[in-house]
Amino acid sequence: MIQLIIDSFSWALLMGGAFFVLIGATGLIRLPDFYTRMHGAGITDTLGADLILLGLMLQAGFTLVTVKLFLIGAFLLITSPSSSHAIANAAFTAGLNPQVAPDDGPDGDGS
Amino acid sequence: MLFLGLTAFAILRLRALFAVVMLSSVYSLVSAALLVHLDAVDVAFTEAAVGAGISTVLMLATLALTTRHEKEPTHTSLLPLVVVFLTGIALVYGTLDMPRFGDPSAPIHHHVAPKYINDTGSEIGMPNIVTAILASYRGFDTLGEVTVIFTAGIGVLLLIGAFIREPDGNTIQTMEHHLVLRLVTKLLIGPILLFALYVQFHGDYGPGGGFQAGVIFAAAFIIYALVFGLETARRVVPGRVIRIMLAAGVLLYGGVGVISLFFGQNYLNYSVLGSTAVAGQHLGILLVEFGVGMTVAAVMVSTYYVFSGQIPPISDEEW
Repeated sequence: MIQLIIDSFSWALLMGGAFFVLIGATGLIRLPDFYTRMHGAGITDTLGADLILLGLMLQAGFTLVTVKLFLIGAFLLITSPSSSHAIANAAFTAGLNPQVAPDDGPDGDGS
Repeated sequence: MLFLGLTAFAILRLRALFAVVMLSSVYSLVSAALLVHLDAVDVAFTEAAVGAGISTVLMLATLALTTRHEKEPTHTSLLPLVVVFLTGIALVYGTLDMPRFGDPSAPIHHHVAPKYINDTGSEIGMPNIVTAILASYRGFDTLGEVTVIFTAGIGVLLLIGAFIREPDGNTIQTMEHHLVLRLVTKLLIGPILLFALYVQFHGDYGPGGGFQAGVIFAAAFIIYALVFGLETARRVVPGRVIRIMLAAGVLLYGGVGVISLFFGQNYLNYSVLGSTAVAGQHLGILLVEFGVGMTVAAVMVSTYYVFSGQIPPISDEEW
């Protein structure tokens, strides 16, 4: 019974992770601007990978494999957002400005 | 395999060199995954560390020195394409004769491989048969590998190392652009070095060993040099120390063999190094892998120093 609960949690986490990886990949291709695409890459790297790792940890139970997966997950949690930050920062300091929407007038008609 | 083919084709046809470097890193990562699928975990580890890690950094450092786009070819390559195609067909025709992958009656599984698999437990006493074969049964081959890596490192140092730019004092490193990176790097360098030592000494029991550990060790210093600047890194680990490490690794490996000679046995026979044969094998493999790790780390770090020492430092006004 408890095994069924753990299995279903792990399935939910794995499915969620795969879902976010797909969303991130779609965003990486379809979004218009560099910074929005970086958001897509960050979702894949951080959220997708960590959810998948959590799901795998539940599958592995209380063994050494879980500790190793946890360490990998912690490492990814620290390095993926900093690498996304590094790329976006490098682009900004090199002069690439984000694409902004045209200013609307005070009553919101768009000019 | 399909991914590998697509990536290779894209690398060939793209002209934007930055994309080519990134795609070659992807190629290495996919082939590391393929190697894991084929149950060759040690090789996959080395491929991922070297191909997807260090090699990409070095190629990006080179790219900072050259143009961003490949020039248009000046002649069509139809005749080379035909020659390569015919050679490829001949090679594939040659492989049709080979036994199927994993066939238990193939000759490779009959001569030395069963001896290694059966005898590793009693003669060497370590679970990782790959490390046992690499360091003990085929120790001469690994000595050759270390010497080749050492020679490559010296070659790079001789060819490019003479032209390292001396740092001029007027380049400013402002802090606020890179605060997150500096903090994360300071957090991560300790665990990376610890992991390198773990991989080095755990190579007897799991995937790992000298080559992978040396690459990971070098990666810690390379990330330090990337974030804090090359001059700071050269003060922490000067070129003199790197060169001494480079030679010391090969010297350690060869020296272990010479010590075996002094005990009256063959060169690189580790059984005489300890009180029992198994203990001697353990000590010999430990020392030899440590030598390999030192040389590999020193080659990677010195190659990075040389490559990025060429790049003119960009002062803040030029951004």
